[in-house]
This record gives sequence, structure tokens and C-alpha cells, in this order.
Amino acid sequence: MKAVCYMGVEKMSVETVPDPQILNPRDAIVRITSTCICGSDLHLYDGYVPTMEQGDIMGHEFMGEVVEVGSGIKPEKLKVGDRVVVPFTIACGNCFFCRKELWSCCNNSNPNYWMAEEMMGYSPSGLFGYTHMLGGYAGGQAQYARVPFADVGPLKLPEGIPDEKVIFLSDIHPTGYFGAVNAEIEQGDTVAIWGCGPVGQFAIRSAFMLGAERVIAIDRFDYRLRMAEQGGAEIINYEEVDDVVQTLKDMTGNIGPDRCIDAVGMEAHGHGVVHLMDRAKQVARIEMDRPIALRQAIQACRKGGTVSVPGVYAGFIDKVPMGAFVNKALTMKTGQTHMMRYMKPLLDKIENGEIDPSFVISHRVPIDRAPEMYKIFRDKKESCTKVVLDPWADGAKAA
Amino acid sequence: MVKNSGMGATNPRRRKRRSMGAQQWAAVIGGGALAVYGIARRSPLGAALAASGGSLAAFGVLYKPKAQSDSARTSVLINCKPEEAYGFWKDIENLPRFMNRLQSVTKLDEQRSRWIAIGPMGRPIRWDAQIIDDRENESISWRSLPGSEVQVDGRVEFREAPAGRGTIVSAEIQYSPAPGLSSSFAKFLRKGANFAMRQDMRRLEALMEAGEIPTTEGQPHGPRDRVTGVMRMMDPTRPIAPGASLKDTFAARRSIA
Repeated sequence: MKAVCYMGVEKMSVETVPDPQILNPRDAIVRITSTCICGSDLHLYDGYVPTMEQGDIMGHEFMGEVVEVGSGIKPEKLKVGDRVVVPFTIACGNCFFCRKELWSCCNNSNPNYWMAEEMMGYSPSGLFGYTHMLGGYAGGQAQYARVPFADVGPLKLPEGIPDEKVIFLSDIHPTGYFGAVNAEIEQGDTVAIWGCGPVGQFAIRSAFMLGAERVIAIDRFDYRLRMAEQGGAEIINYEEVDDVVQTLKDMTGNIGPDRCIDAVGMEAHGHGVVHLMDRAKQVARIEMDRPIALRQAIQACRKGGTVSVPGVYAGFIDKVPMGAFVNKALTMKTGQTHMMRYMKPLLDKIENGEIDPSFVISHRVPIDRAPEMYKIFRDKKESCTKVVLDPWADGAKAA
Repeated sequence: MVKNSGMGATNPRRRKRRSMGAQQWAAVIGGGALAVYGIARRSPLGAALAASGGSLAAFGVLYKPKAQSDSARTSVLINCKPEEAYGFWKDIENLPRFMNRLQSVTKLDEQRSRWIAIGPMGRPIRWDAQIIDDRENESISWRSLPGSEVQVDGRVEFREAPAGRGTIVSAEIQYSPAPGLSSSFAKFLRKGANFAMRQDMRRLEALMEAGEIPTTEGQPHGPRDRVTGVMRMMDPTRPIAPGASLKDTFAARRSIA
């Protein structure tokens, strides 16, 4: 089959690899009909998350049709022919964490648990196509994928609903929603959101769903800010203001946004000396992540407010304003999305017509063009917000 | 024997002994950083750095100072009843399903069993063991019999966790190579005993809770490079199976980066 493989920093390539096989009783094989490049894949592309290897198959946002199930899967859970969207987190369904619905903290889905344990104390769940530290599972930017614990994760889809409306249930739609849920929004709140990529866009719309009165979106790319405006947000282009924190104060009667969401993560851009220092340290691998958005979120948040972090951080950060965090009595909520909590409720919202997630798509291309799309997406060229790949375009046949 | 006696989980002195020393941490962190840097370089120099950094990191993980080298212990919370965990362990032939350095355990009778482990370069190590204390749903202790290649005594305890959280399974082994065993062999046993045991217990948890042990072995991937091949061979979580060719080991195994 065809698969997008990581071949080194800033090097992706479409390779022909063997088809995946059932390896465990609770596995299923999915023939992929749509798959995406996620903003978090760009952190891998740029080489900022350790434990990628040459030859790893990328991708954790995919959906398709079940073509094979293992002996451990009951037909009422999943059977051949089911159309499913697959969550990017892998969960066993029966450990301490899964029983608490902390699905992204599953204790049993990372075969390389010890590697994450070295870095984080404990390992989160395994993920598709996202480093060996987080499982080393082959990803979904391919024509087929093996899905472990397939009786827990994949969400069965009704007929007739197009891929492009439901594909984002695999990650960014629930992740944006989870970012808003984590912000603990109360009726009448003002919510500031850093980053207007797809997760930020879904967070904007979710914040309104959860009762926000105002949403202020912060980015530097006009096309992304326009999309945020279409979602009902007020906007700040941080390259056009002197001080984001002061601007937010001015916009909120000097009380500050009640809830702040960092939908940027480890490769934030900013300006000034501190940003240059972060950049230099990251290049030298002294500091792993650049937390500019997070710092601003903590500074800007009103006293007693909440900072929610759906953005991806991999390692260590410097100069977190802990004094502000403590003295302002802030709460921070984080985590990879507990996907299975939100996939079905969000599918219902899509079916009700409350939201059509396909608005984020800017590019629909055959999988063969994936390597160039990584670069275009990373460099924010061609007004790129979201790339959907068709694994079977160009008449590609099943191997 | 009193319940809970001899188990490290509640004994502060032992807990202290178990933690990693500064040198080990330095090796793990320094080696890891070197490896990451090396991998990022994607050049022959980078490959060399990554390989040396990786082995340093692995050394940090595996190396235990001599003083604590004669025993290993760990515990794991499993979502099951104590009787289920006890029953699984009591059927001693189940052990190789999650202890992946064990090739087989064969019951000789109700008390005695024959164990075969995979040693360095796939060499088998054999010993016979006998259950010396067995408390239903609480604990099992066993001891290896005289004349064994190695002396491996073990004890496992099953305690119900509060508020329906499952069962805490605590295991401890004490081992000493029989006289006459080569020193490199003894060293091999000493290294990694704690690490290997933690991995075994993780696999036990997965097997009991999820019904299977997560794996990626056998999944497709694109072309690998030499750096990852070398690292795969140094994988600290899996022994090299008897009869495995160098080529297979190089190409197929992986869980280190």
C-alpha cells in the first residue's frame, strides 16, 4: 500500500510498504477513505518531538471502512463493512484511567510505556503515527491502517454523511471542543484563544456553544483571522499590536478574559528578545518548546480564571510566569483529548446541523502530494488551514 | 509468615534503595539528549552520536550499582479481583505470557516447576523451582531447587485496593547465579532486573485488563536507516530470541528510538 513516511527532519515521502496485518485479537484493519495532516504533525516534520525514526508511517486523523477484524472483537461492537472514524488516541477500555473516561491516559495501549515514563513519569495512551515514545504505531496517512482495541475507539458512522463532515472527529474537532470544555466556560464569559489553526477554529465555535459571550481570537495570518471572524470571534493580529496582554485588558474593561485557551503549543511565534532566546534555545535543543502563547495566556487571564491548553507541548519550557499563575489564583487544565467522551455528542451536533466542520478544509489532494503539503502547511502558504488527503486518488488500487 | 511482611512497597528503606542514582540519571538524560541530537543530525556523525548516546541512555536505564543487584521488586495496580490475579499467577505456566525473558515454565507437579529463561545471545538458562508458601488469594512464594544453574526465589502478593480500584500485585525476586557461572552471565542477570521486572508487570496488567499485550511488532514501515537498526538491537525491553538471525533482529524488532 501507499503510506506517507517520515524520512528525517523536513523530509516526508510516499513509500510503498506492506499492508498491515492483524497482530492482536482486538485489532481491526481499516481501508482508509480520508486522512489529514494535523498541525501537530508539523512538530514532527520540524523535528521537535523526540523518538521519531526514519520509515515511520505518519498520520493520526483518518477514517474509512473496516475490512478485517480480529478474533477478540464482538460483532455488535464492530464488524467488516462498518464505516468508522478512528480517534487518534488508543485506549483499552478497562484500565483505571479508561474506567474514569480519561481515555487519553490509558495505561495499556503504549508498548513503549517506559520511554514516555522516563520523560514524563508515566506514559499517556498510545497514539497513531506520533513517535515511538507514544507507542510507535503506524499511522493513518496510508491506504490501510491497523487499529488496536478497535472495539473501544472507532465510532460507527451513519450512511449518507460525507467524509469531510466527520473526518475531523478523529482529532481536531473534539480537541477544539475539549479545549473549550477545559476552559470551564460560564455564561457570559469572555474567552481568549491563541492560535487560529483548525483546533483554535473549533475551540472558537465550541466556546460559543458552551455559553461564552465573547471570543477573542489571536493569530498573525489574515486568512485565519478572517475564518475566526466568520465563527463570531473578535480578532487580534499580534503582529499589529504592541502588547497582546494590554490589548486584551483594553478590550475587557481591564478585567481580562475569563478563560484563556492556548491552541498554539510548542512552536509559538512572537517577537522581542524573549522569543529570540526561546528560538535559539530550541534550535540548540536546550529548551524543547517555545511557550510564548502560554506565557501570554497566563499573564492575560483574569484573576481566578482558567487557562486551557489543547496545544501540543512535548518537553520542557522556560520562564513560565508561575508567580502570576499562583498569585492570580488561576486554574490550568490540559491533556490530550479524551476522544471517546466527545465523538458521539459531536457527531449528533453535526447531524443536527449545529456545525459543519468542513469549513476548515483548504486543500483536498491525492496522498502522493502529501510531502509538498507538509511544507505548504508549515509555511502557511496558499492560505492553508487543513489538508485532507485522498489515499486512493490517481486510480491507485489496493495492493 | 505475617501478611505484608517482606514486601518492598511499604518499606521506606527499600524504596530508597530502589530509586535511580544521580549517575544513572545523568546517563539517561545525557545519553538521551545525545541520541536525540544525533538522530536529528541525520548524518554519519549524527549516527555515531545517536548510537553512543543511545547506548549511554540504555546503560543508565539498565545499570544498577552492585549493592542492590541481588533483588528486584515492583508493584502494579490491576483492575481485577485478588482471586483473579492469584488464579492467573497460580497457573504458573501463564508466566511466560508476560515475562518475556522466560521461554517456558512447565509444571512438574503441584509444587514443582521447570523454568527456562532466555540468556545473553539467546542462550537458555534452566532451573527448577518449588512453591514453599501458598496463601489462597493473598500470596505465593517459591524457591529454586538445589542444582539449578541460577538461584531465583520469588514472592508475589495480591492486595485489594480501596474503593473497588482493583488489586495491587507486588512481586519481588531474589536471585544469585550458581557458583561456576561466568561473571559476564552474572552481570547480565544483575543488569536490568528491575527494569525487566517493571516491563513484565506492565504486560501482566495489559493482559489481565485488556486481554492482550499491546504491540507494534510486525506492522508495516518505510525504509529504516542504520541508526534505527542499531538501536533496535539494543532494545532493553526484549531479549534476543534463540535462533533469531542478526538480519531479522536488525530489521524486525523495535521499541527503542
